[in-house]
Amino acid sequence: MNFFLEIKENILISYKAIIAHKMRSFLATLGIVIGITAVTLMQTAIEGINRAFESSIAAVGADVLYVQKFEWFGNEDFEVYRNRKDITMQQYEYLKNNSMTADAVCPTVGTSQTVKYGSLDLESVFIIGSTDEYQRTLSVNVDDGRFFTAKESEGAYPVCMIGMDVKNAFFQNVDPVGKDIKIGSYSFRILGVLEKQGSMLGLFSLDNRVIIPIERFFKIFGTKRSLSINVKAMDVKNLDETKEEISSIMRKVRKVPLGKRNDFGVNQQSAFRDTYDQLTSLIKIIGLLITSLSLVVGSVGIANIMFVSVKERTKEIGIRKAIGAKRRTILMQFLVESTVICLLGGIIGLSISFPISLLINAFVLPTAMPLWVVVLGIFISLMFGVLSGFFPAYNAAKMDPVESLRYE
Amino acid sequence: MKLIQIKNITKVYEMGEEKLYALRGVNLDIEKNEYIAIMGPSGSGKSTLMNIIGCLDTPTSGDYILNGKDVHDMDDDELAVIRNKEIGFVFQTFNLLPRSDSLHNVELPLIYSGVSRAERIQRAEEALINVGLRDRMKHKPNELSGGQRQRVSVARALVNHPSLILADEPTGNLDTKTGEEIMALFKELNNNGNTIIIVTHEEDIAMHANRIVKIRDGEIESDITSK
Repeated sequence: MNFFLEIKENILISYKAIIAHKMRSFLATLGIVIGITAVTLMQTAIEGINRAFESSIAAVGADVLYVQKFEWFGNEDFEVYRNRKDITMQQYEYLKNNSMTADAVCPTVGTSQTVKYGSLDLESVFIIGSTDEYQRTLSVNVDDGRFFTAKESEGAYPVCMIGMDVKNAFFQNVDPVGKDIKIGSYSFRILGVLEKQGSMLGLFSLDNRVIIPIERFFKIFGTKRSLSINVKAMDVKNLDETKEEISSIMRKVRKVPLGKRNDFGVNQQSAFRDTYDQLTSLIKIIGLLITSLSLVVGSVGIANIMFVSVKERTKEIGIRKAIGAKRRTILMQFLVESTVICLLGGIIGLSISFPISLLINAFVLPTAMPLWVVVLGIFISLMFGVLSGFFPAYNAAKMDPVESLRYE
Repeated sequence: MKLIQIKNITKVYEMGEEKLYALRGVNLDIEKNEYIAIMGPSGSGKSTLMNIIGCLDTPTSGDYILNGKDVHDMDDDELAVIRNKEIGFVFQTFNLLPRSDSLHNVELPLIYSGVSRAERIQRAEEALINVGLRDRMKHKPNELSGGQRQRVSVARALVNHPSLILADEPTGNLDTKTGEEIMALFKELNNNGNTIIIVTHEEDIAMHANRIVKIRDGEIESDITSK
């Protein structure tokens, strides 16, 4: 008997069986519905977190090294770090003058302050002191106006760049360029507005900041701070070489003895990525375990219902066998039935999780259910359909025709 | 030409330590186009014999040749093919699929022999028309009378042009009048060239056949050809 004809016929049979027992089929499929909803939402959430991470990490810059007093993700004893010396302007200048592979080098230093404009004020704005090269190490453009120049930077001019959040707080319908804002009691002239950057991992906004010349920063807030030096490599492919070079220059200027370890950190985006990957792979594994557990419970439910269904239809199986159905035909009939039930469960599950993913996208984090998740959902429900249907179907297939015809 | 050759068939059921002899060496030859009734009280072994003739069961020993094919040592799936192609069953309790309409019930043997949909429907319709159910094709079994149900099952038995129609107490669940109608239908089928075996314990039903085989205690007691 033709295979596809058989499948088609069996789908029809299972359709009738499912329609005849709507409530039972619905309850049987509930476990799979929940399982598939969980699996697909889980994957969608991970996709969303990944996207959020990618857009956040872009702000760190793939080709930028951050020379700092500490490593971002160090895991040594506190003792190792306690006595480290600050990174100074002198070290920055030495690095800038000696690096051959750096495209741009700038020192940065930051603090959190209240910013005022007229009678309005904005609390906890991140004030960054840097040089004119900051813009080049930063992967963000100037939206309006211009960045400050080397002359303004070195001359400690009272000028600033503002982030989008600051603009939105003070200048709803006014061009901010040329206006004066106050940091503490000091006045700064706005030269430009930075393009919107969004938030860092959804934790804090990258737009809630004001950038001023570093010399000006020192005059107001003092010099007793450790710097972070941003180094943009000429070529992202040679990032490792640049990292080597910077390490050796810093060791020289910080007089680290031969054989001793660096007393500073050269940080880069991949450090974030590694830590992120470690963290999310754990979440993924746990998520997979939990969601597949719910699928297993669901398939046990289906297997149970299929056993009942086979028992109940003993007579039907007898009739079919008497009329010429082979073992394989009966096996297929019940396998197709359990697969159809699971597939329906999968489709219902997807039609629940898809709108939820749209809600997540609208209110929680930017995400979308990728096509492969839909395919995965369908595939998993097919697989569990076959798995949970196999033993009941096998039972049905090996029934004795005489006995099953006698069954009432 | 011989349609059925049964040689010294036995069937033994083992009930724990005890052996139960359902058939103790039965010999039976049936020609094509015969109309034969197998009679016997309950426990006589007539049901076992019918199951073996119908290829629903296999004998413990002995030979069974159906339409030139040795069937006594075929496996389940081979027997399924034989049942599908060679035998049309008519049961006492009709044994129709309750959720399917007449047409689909009659189509069923054709589905299992892989006939295309268009041909299936055409042949099933023909078979239903032949048993007088032209206007009952889309009815489900519970929308039909007992006699109509039995006609559907006769149509199902005929649709694949089997070499043998095997009816097990076909009138057992019908009133006398409807029973007579069904028996008339069998007579007509026999006249058209079909071989028919009826298993029954009712003398007046058996009288419709041309040959009556009586079974008692697993052996053939008498074998009388009347006409």
